Formats: sequence, structure tokens, C-alpha cells
Amino acid sequence: METRTINDIEMEVVYQKPETLTETQMHYCPGCGHGTIHKILMEVIDDMGIQDRTVGVAPVGCSVFAYNYMNIDMQEAAHGRAGAAATGVKRVLPDKYVFSYQGDGDLAAIGTGETIHTVNRGENILMLFINNAIYGMTGGQMAPTSILGQITSTTPFGRDAAAIGYPLKITELVAHLPGAYFVTRQSVHTAAAVRKLKKAIEMSFRYQDRKKGTCFIEIVSNCPSGWKMTPLQANEWLVKNMFPLYPIGDIKVPKEI
Amino acid sequence: MENGTPKLMKGNEALAESAIRAGMQAYFGYPITPQSEVIEYLTAEVPKRHGVVLQAESEVAAINMVFGAAGAGARVMTTSSSPGISLMQEGISYIAAAELPCLLVNVQRGGPGLGTIQPAQGDYFQAVKGGGHGDYHMIVLAPASVQEMSDFVFDGFKLAEQYRTPVMILTDGALGQMMEKVILKPEGSLPYPEKPWATTGKPKSRERNFITTLHMESESMEEVNNRLQEKYKEIQKEVRYQLIGDKDADVLLVAFGLTARICSKAAEMAREKGINAAVLRPITLYPYPYTAVAEHAKNAAGVLTVEMNAGQMVEDVRLAVNGATPVHFKGRTGGMIPSPEEILVEIEAIANHTIHA
Ligand SMILES: Cc1ncc(C[n+]2csc(CCOP(=O)(O)OP(=O)(O)O)c2C)c(N)n1
Repeated sequence: METRTINDIEMEVVYQKPETLTETQMHYCPGCGHGTIHKILMEVIDDMGIQDRTVGVAPVGCSVFAYNYMNIDMQEAAHGRAGAAATGVKRVLPDKYVFSYQGDGDLAAIGTGETIHTVNRGENILMLFINNAIYGMTGGQMAPTSILGQITSTTPFGRDAAAIGYPLKITELVAHLPGAYFVTRQSVHTAAAVRKLKKAIEMSFRYQDRKKGTCFIEIVSNCPSGWKMTPLQANEWLVKNMFPLYPIGDIKVPKEI
Repeated sequence: MENGTPKLMKGNEALAESAIRAGMQAYFGYPITPQSEVIEYLTAEVPKRHGVVLQAESEVAAINMVFGAAGAGARVMTTSSSPGISLMQEGISYIAAAELPCLLVNVQRGGPGLGTIQPAQGDYFQAVKGGGHGDYHMIVLAPASVQEMSDFVFDGFKLAEQYRTPVMILTDGALGQMMEKVILKPEGSLPYPEKPWATTGKPKSRERNFITTLHMESESMEEVNNRLQEKYKEIQKEVRYQLIGDKDADVLLVAFGLTARICSKAAEMAREKGINAAVLRPITLYPYPYTAVAEHAKNAAGVLTVEMNAGQMVEDVRLAVNGATPVHFKGRTGGMIPSPEEILVEIEAIANHTIHA
């Protein structure tokens, strides 16, 4: 009897991994947003055909190993200093596409100074800000973006404004700076949200050609392990608790087309 | 500016002009006395010539911009003074770990704390023994004249690129501020080496380049450390020093930078009084000229280390001499500069056996 293998069946490709994503198995926890964001980012680089003109900077945080997954030239910067390192790269390679990929602790706590001044100088880079309201890598401590009442390993009784201040809406803050060219807040909790994020990332790379200032994308993401929830619970918690404080949508869009 | 003709220049300005001539492609810095002339000179000159110059929001940002630009393959420099260099330490450790070439300049002032803007040599330990975390070193060059403030920029970039390591010029506020005659090397005399490891965008023809200092497996972290240590061993052959005076002097003075110049005046005064004194000036503070110090100290009646700090390099002198000869120390701190006369008193006491180590 004739045996047919799967290779003999002609199939239409309906889905494939972007070429610029390596074969390395990711270390991210089940349900974590980082994996999806990595994939979308690499898809855009594939679609635009800019692998040879792109340099990424991923500092310390859960995504410190991004260079294992992204098949592009990358630098791993010190905690909080991605804005500065990316500035260094872009200033000496002004015609390359440069992005930073930072967590909330990195971008909005230890690296606040670098973040504000990078945007204020209008560095022609894309800053991707992954807001999961917690320190994932170090095991679930409070982040500057943790919401009031949120229980973390360093706010065991919930985040209390009187003791430790309010969640920092750094995206709104940087949007006020003249150096910010395009500022938007997106998420990856549904397929529709992922598509919108992809569009925003693509526009941000295209805007770099204009040399008009910094593109800044906050991605409201999750941390099932840090939040001690299942992936599904985490996405529900995100919609219910983070979106009211961090509403999705464009905050600053370029005037000219 | 013409080539070859002597100019009268401030140390900081000679250093800045030399960086442009040495083909520096990017400078990132933050103002601090007594080195602000460097960034002022560069922000005026670089836009007219070639390269990038940027006033960063802090020394922390500046050193991480250096990291990014060096990683992207540029010839890059930052300069600061003591408190600013303290702020850069984490970044320097990263740069050493990532094996990125760059030139750092510390125009030292008196400390600790905010200290004083007057010259000092209190950052010897920080520069030579590590400063930041982990097992790393940088090559440290100690100029003693405005001429060397200029020349060592070329040497510094060259060594940094040859060994893929940060190089520091450790100088002080006096050398930065004072004016002297200097002959500047011409532009274009330092070729750019290939940097196949730099992150410039991955073409199809090669694997991706990534710059990292993270090695989660102990085995691979130790491997990195072993490789660094191998490199530091190789760097030992770059030892440089200068002997001013007799090979077998009775009193051997050991001093670096500005103090070496003052010591050579004191040694000259001692010789006029019939005491055979010589000065050994380490030019590389890392690698340190241990062998030379041991050799020249061996037959001396005593060794005198003079520093503008409370006694830092003297520990390396003692390591070198290893008990063979008494080692004495004379230090001034807080921006005080020792005079040749007060050093002469020490030399005389050693020669007359009136003090003991
Ligand atoms: C100077 C310094 N301080 C602290 C740390 C420890 N540390 C590593 S990652 C991190 C926070 C990570 O949180 P975030 O930036 O939000 O990224 P995530 O891990 O959540 O993706 C901290 C505190 C460090 N590596 N360096």
C-alpha cells in the first residue's frame, strides 16, 4: 500500500514564525506578553526587510536575553540605561533603525532620567516600554507602575500611596516633551490588540526615516508568575485593573502625513 | 591649527584637540571642574570638523552612551573628574566585561565627597584596582605634562582597540588647567581597525552580533573571566616607566603624574647636596612596573613614594620592593601640592638614616 507522509500533502502556509526570530526556545513563563511582543517586533522587521539595518538594545529585566531570540544585532545594556546606550548607537549610526526594549522598572524607575532625556533630545529611536506593573525578573517586587492596592513581594499589604507614592504614568509624562514624535499605548492581550500593536511598531520604524523625534510605545502587558495568576486570570486582571489607569490608544500622533 | 609647530595650550584643551586628531568619532560627557574645558572645546570644534559630541544628562548616562557607541564600533571617549568617575563605575565594569574599546579620562580633584576642585591623586585605587564590581582592569596611563596629555590620547585609543578594553588617562586638575608648550600629532595618523564584532546591523552574510555581559551558567562566566585574565596577562607587556637619574641611586623616589615632576626637581636639589637620588615614574599605572621598581630599589638605602593622596600607589611599591628596602611615604591631600623643599627634607632624612620605615 502506498504510504503518504505529511510532506506529500500540499498545504498552504497560513502561519509561520518570522525569519528573524531564532529557533531558540524562549525562557518566558506561560502566558507572558514578552513572547508575543518579540514575535510581532520581528514580524515587522521581516515585513519591512530591515534586518540588516536594525540594532536593538535590551537592558536588564526579563527580556535581558532578547538577543537569544531576535536574529538581529543587539546590545544588552545595564539596568535602566537602554535610553543612553541606544542614544550612543543611534548617534554613531544615524541611518540605522534603533529600538530599546525596556520593562517598567528599567524605564520608569532606575532609568527615569535616561528615559526623559532621551525623549527630550528627540533621539530618532523607538522606545518599547513593556508595562507589566511588577518586577518580573527579580521575583515580583513593586514596580513604579504597580497600581494602588496591588500586592507584590515588597508591598505585601498592597501598594499604599501614602507610603510609596502613586503609579507613575511615564508615557503621559514623556508625551508632553517636544522631542516625542509618536506616543501610543497598546496591549497584546487579544488578537485584535496584537494587530494594532504591530501597526504602531511599523509606523514607528517608518517614522525613524523622518528624523523628527522619539517614538514611544507603551505596551500594557502581564506577568502571570509575578501576579500569581493563570494566564487567563492575568489577562482579565489587566483589563479590569490596568486599563482604567493606563487607557489604550494614541497619546501623541505626528501632524504631517 | 598647523602641524609640527609648538603651541601654548591648556592640558584639557590639548587633550580635546588631540582626541579630534586621533579620529575620535563620538564624545559623551557631563561638565565638572576641573575638566569642563574638554567638553567646551569639543562642543565648539567637533561640529566644524567630524564626529559626534553630546552633553549627557549625567555621568551615568554618558558612560552608557559610550557603551552603546563603542558597541556600534565607534572610536569613543568620555572625560570627567573624580565624583563623576565614581558615578560611571557600573558602566565601566560593563564595558570591560563586554570588551569594548574606549578612552576614559579622569582629571582628578581632591576628595572624598564633593571634596575640592584642586588637583589630587586620590583615585589611584579606583582606577588601578577595579573601581567597579567584578574582576576587571583597564589600562591606566598617567601623563606628567601637557605634551603627554596630548600624546596619550593617541596611545590610549590605540591600546583600547588593540586589546578591546577601556583605557583610562588618569591625570589631575593641575595638568588639566596649566598651559605648556605642546606639539600636536597630525590628524589621520591613527588608522581605524576592523571591528567585525560591532553591532552595525546584521547582513545576510554573517551571524548576528550581540554585546552582552550576562552569563548565567557559572561555567561560562568563569570562562569569560579566564579569557579576561589571559588578556590582562598579555597587557603586562605594555608596562611603561621613566627613570630620571642614576640606575643605582641611594634614594629612589617613586611617583606618577604631576608629583613625579616635583620629585625630579627635589632629586635634583638632593644631588646638588651630594645625595644620589633618582625618580622612577610609572607611566602605566596598570600594568604596573613592579619589576622595574624592584630592580632599582634593590641597592638603594631607601625608597620614597610621593603622592597627592594618603598613600595608595605606595602599596604597589611595597609589593614590588617586597621588604628588600625600606619604603617611606610622603603624601599631601585635599588639593595640596607637595613642594620640592618638603620632599627634599624626606630625602635627606632617608640618606642620613634619621627616619625608619
Ligand atoms: C543596578 C541594578 N540594580 C538592580 C538590578 C536587579 N534587577 C534586575 S531586573 C530588575 C527589575 C526588572 O523589572 P522590569 O524592568 O519591570 O522588567 P521585567 O523583569 O518585569 O520584564 C531589577 C531590580 C540590576 N540588575 N542592576
